[in-house]
Amino acid sequence: MDLFQEFLQHCVNALQWGSFYALIALGYTLVYGVLRLINFAHGDIFMVGAYIAYFVATFFLAQSGWGLTHIMVLILTVPLTMILTSMVGVGLERVAYRRLRRRGAHRLYVVITALMCGLILENGNLALLGASRKKFPDDLIEKVNWDFFGISVTNLKVLVIFAAVIVFVLLHFIVTRTRIGMAMRAVSWDKFALPLMGIPLDRVIVFTFALGSGTAGLGGVLFAMSYPVLEPYMGVMIGWKAFIAAVVGGIGDIRGAFVGGFLLAFVEVMVVFFGWSTLREFFAFSILLGILWVRPTGLFGTAPTTKI
Amino acid sequence: MTIRTLVTTCGLALLLAAPALAQEAPIKIGFPIPLTGEIPKVGESTKFAAEMLKEEVNAKGGIEVGGKKYPLEFIYEDNESKPETAVNVTLKLIERDEVVAIVGPQSSRQAVPAGGVADENKTPMISPWSTNPDATLNRPYVFRAAFLDPFQAPVAANFATEQFSAKTAAILFEISNDYSKGLADNFKDSWTKLHGADSVVAFESHGPKDQDFSAQLTKIIAAKPDFIFLPENYSFTALIIPQARDLGYKGPFMGSDAWGSAELMKLCGDTCKGQFFSTHYAAAGATGATKDFIDAYNKKYGYIPDDVAALTWDAINIFIEAIQASGKVESDVEAERELIRENVANIKEFKGITGNMRFDENGDPIKCAVVVEITDSGEFSFVKSVCP
Repeated sequence: MDLFQEFLQHCVNALQWGSFYALIALGYTLVYGVLRLINFAHGDIFMVGAYIAYFVATFFLAQSGWGLTHIMVLILTVPLTMILTSMVGVGLERVAYRRLRRRGAHRLYVVITALMCGLILENGNLALLGASRKKFPDDLIEKVNWDFFGISVTNLKVLVIFAAVIVFVLLHFIVTRTRIGMAMRAVSWDKFALPLMGIPLDRVIVFTFALGSGTAGLGGVLFAMSYPVLEPYMGVMIGWKAFIAAVVGGIGDIRGAFVGGFLLAFVEVMVVFFGWSTLREFFAFSILLGILWVRPTGLFGTAPTTKI
Repeated sequence: MTIRTLVTTCGLALLLAAPALAQEAPIKIGFPIPLTGEIPKVGESTKFAAEMLKEEVNAKGGIEVGGKKYPLEFIYEDNESKPETAVNVTLKLIERDEVVAIVGPQSSRQAVPAGGVADENKTPMISPWSTNPDATLNRPYVFRAAFLDPFQAPVAANFATEQFSAKTAAILFEISNDYSKGLADNFKDSWTKLHGADSVVAFESHGPKDQDFSAQLTKIIAAKPDFIFLPENYSFTALIIPQARDLGYKGPFMGSDAWGSAELMKLCGDTCKGQFFSTHYAAAGATGATKDFIDAYNKKYGYIPDDVAALTWDAINIFIEAIQASGKVESDVEAERELIRENVANIKEFKGITGNMRFDENGDPIKCAVVVEITDSGEFSFVKSVCP
């Protein structure tokens, strides 16, 4: 493998890893764009998504009487996990954030509440399921390993990248081209004038949370398939990094989250490519800091009143 | 027959008959071990192995030293898995019970402070299980039966050279873990000593919470190593090996004792099968004296002994060999302790069930580690013992 091949292989790796950042960052940015709320529990919703996928998949795999093939199990697992995970996200909004918002709590309090919700999800999982790690069934799809001129690509990697792109296109379409998307943009514009126009504020917010958490749930399924060792704290680090990716891209902008996620992955991978794996995070985040230094609102960021 | 010859003959006869006539005072060995607290299972294994050995020896009348038989007496004290209790009970064993030697404590947290007490009171001690260098460092009276963590590096280097006919190696390790980092550095040194300066073709690290290693692995694979050394915890191993396979790596992996968890196979599945790692002792596939020990223990207590039991067994046997090697037992406790220390330090080669060993100037064993292979049934099966 010469240097160019190695470089291309790194690019493929970065595309896969960036897809996960992008899927999580999209959830951050949706909620922020609408509510100006940094939902710090989002990384843990992603973790819950992975666990839900685990339970759904093992449940279906255990029903040998139903005659399900593994690919059918996967086809059932993906939507079910997305629905269940969005219910968790909506539940969180209903229990924790809505009350504070109605009482006119300062945004800072809601952000702290989000942090606490994340800790509750992590430790609730730890208490419920124990510290021992779960193994996600790795035979949902027959793994195929393609070799393009010395570059290894598995079908799972291609699936992950495609999923991220499709989700991005869909979300972008929903936000910019549909009525509910228009309502979401309206909420971010002025949520006090909105009810006067006859737009149901709560319903729009619930929809936003459902959308963001569903995306995290899809990320959870794909992540569990790619990295089949699940533990309660798996969402923390990747959640933080995805948040940073969203900020660098310009939080509140869907294109920003998508581009930011891939940018972060590329920077991380290229740091290793140039031989500094020991200082991977150090260099990666220094570079991102440099980007924010030049563009404090992120790559796609604009004036704060016109987000999403 | 003159009177003189008569006296001599009688005297000789008496001397020869002496062992049969009266049993000598027992040899006392103390065990400051964690029977309660955080790691009671460790204490249980220690006591079970010791009791088994004592029964075996005393059934034969004791250990034979210079033609006399001395029975063994073991005194167990609970250190409650706490450093301060370990110090107290060690002192009690030395001063009140006047033991001539101490086996234990097991974990480094207790062995480091208790080792200080034993050394100050000039009582020989062997900690079977402690791996922290401080337990024996600058303490001539303190020894250990387990090898130190970094010690696995030359073992892995030698084994890989032979088994894989490897010339080049790549290393992936966790930067935030002293164990992993230390082992990676040591391995790099050992490997370059064997195969020349550029024989470690990739030396990559990752962080404590990483899940994706594709960047490091791509770099490693591009360097075309003959094998990859992974001094990693089992949870990382279970992620790294499948990812490397996905990236098209077909060569072997070699690991360290942190792989040795029952959870490894649950998390890793088929991809980990056929790989090798070094460890203290392997129950599956054991032969000879090790197998005898495992069978006897399993029969007596109903489960396969862990490494603590095996290392304890060896530690006691080291003392027995040292006592026998001196050829006499001093009646004065302090003189006897001195004699035992000297003979433990001078052991040329001790044939233990966890490998053959002798001690270096720090009281750390120079011994062979065990390399196990992960079999198709997911067992860790003995391959060979490898010496540094």
